[in-house]
Amino acid sequence: MHELSLAESTLALALRHAEKAGATRVTALHMVVGEFTTLEETSLGYYWERVCRGTPADGSRLNIRRTRARLKCLACSQEYEVEDGTWHCPSCQADRVRLVSGDECYLESIEVEEPA
Amino acid sequence: MTRRVQVVEDILSDNDRQAMENRRALEAAGVFSLNLMASPGAGKTSLIERTTQALRDRLRIGVIDGDLATRLDADRAAAAGAQAVQINTGGQCHLDAAMVRAGLAELDLNQLDLLLIENVGNLVCTAAFAIGAHRNVLVASVPEGDDKPYKYPASYLSIDALVLNKIDLLPYVAFDLERFRRGVEVLNPDLDFFAVSCTTSEGLAPWVEWIGQAVSPRGTATKADR
Repeated sequence: MHELSLAESTLALALRHAEKAGATRVTALHMVVGEFTTLEETSLGYYWERVCRGTPADGSRLNIRRTRARLKCLACSQEYEVEDGTWHCPSCQADRVRLVSGDECYLESIEVEEPA
Repeated sequence: MTRRVQVVEDILSDNDRQAMENRRALEAAGVFSLNLMASPGAGKTSLIERTTQALRDRLRIGVIDGDLATRLDADRAAAAGAQAVQINTGGQCHLDAAMVRAGLAELDLNQLDLLLIENVGNLVCTAAFAIGAHRNVLVASVPEGDDKPYKYPASYLSIDALVLNKIDLLPYVAFDLERFRRGVEVLNPDLDFFAVSCTTSEGLAPWVEWIGQAVSPRGTATKADR
């Protein structure tokens, strides 16, 4: 699985932004992950603790907010969320749709400590 | 003192930047490239062999082969007539842009028209990592079952073309081709679909033509300019 790569990439991104902000420690991270993004949170948490050891993010909290997938019907333009794994349009029943959101995976913000 | 710093940056933005650099390197050399993704055993290497055999008289073909271990696949691609390099990921379940950059460095891009990149056999992780190829292609196969688009939507979302391999097995396997296509096209109505058998060669001609058409205009233009 690719959770180790994601943990390493998340850490690198967080440390870069912390350094830019003149911070000495990262205490928490806030990630946004779509419903259609393949990510296993338990596995990511396991790797997170390990990749952070000995870095300014050692012991940091990793918060993950999952967002629902939104689809848009190509026939009637209705936007809706995926329910029970069925993707067709709830209004007109058409089954040609576009994913509007739900495959994102980004770092929204970090909480940092600054030198006193 | 604690404070919050706004970031809003993709986790894989470094990988995406490297993927863009790979794309630029390929474009500069006039090479058209495909990222072939599939579960283990779907027939990626067989498709590469058959594609290489069909196009090697018209195009100069390179292959980057990603696998956890061994160079079996690169040897098969080389035997079929391609300039092939093997990348062993050492356990990583997908190719990323940096690994592909290493593979590109081992190839003489100016001597190529077409690059086929065989990703690691894995239907989940490969879809998350851009590598810089011009088209993303998923290779599915009949024995995997017709429910896979429903179970792995992310893999079917980001692709430009879908090759369904092993259609010679349709008489022997419970596989509803219409259900499969509906599952794919609901989320990705514009993709190009090819039903093929690498064993009997059925359906390979339109696939080969699809590649040939994508390559020749850019290939000839770019090479002639040099």
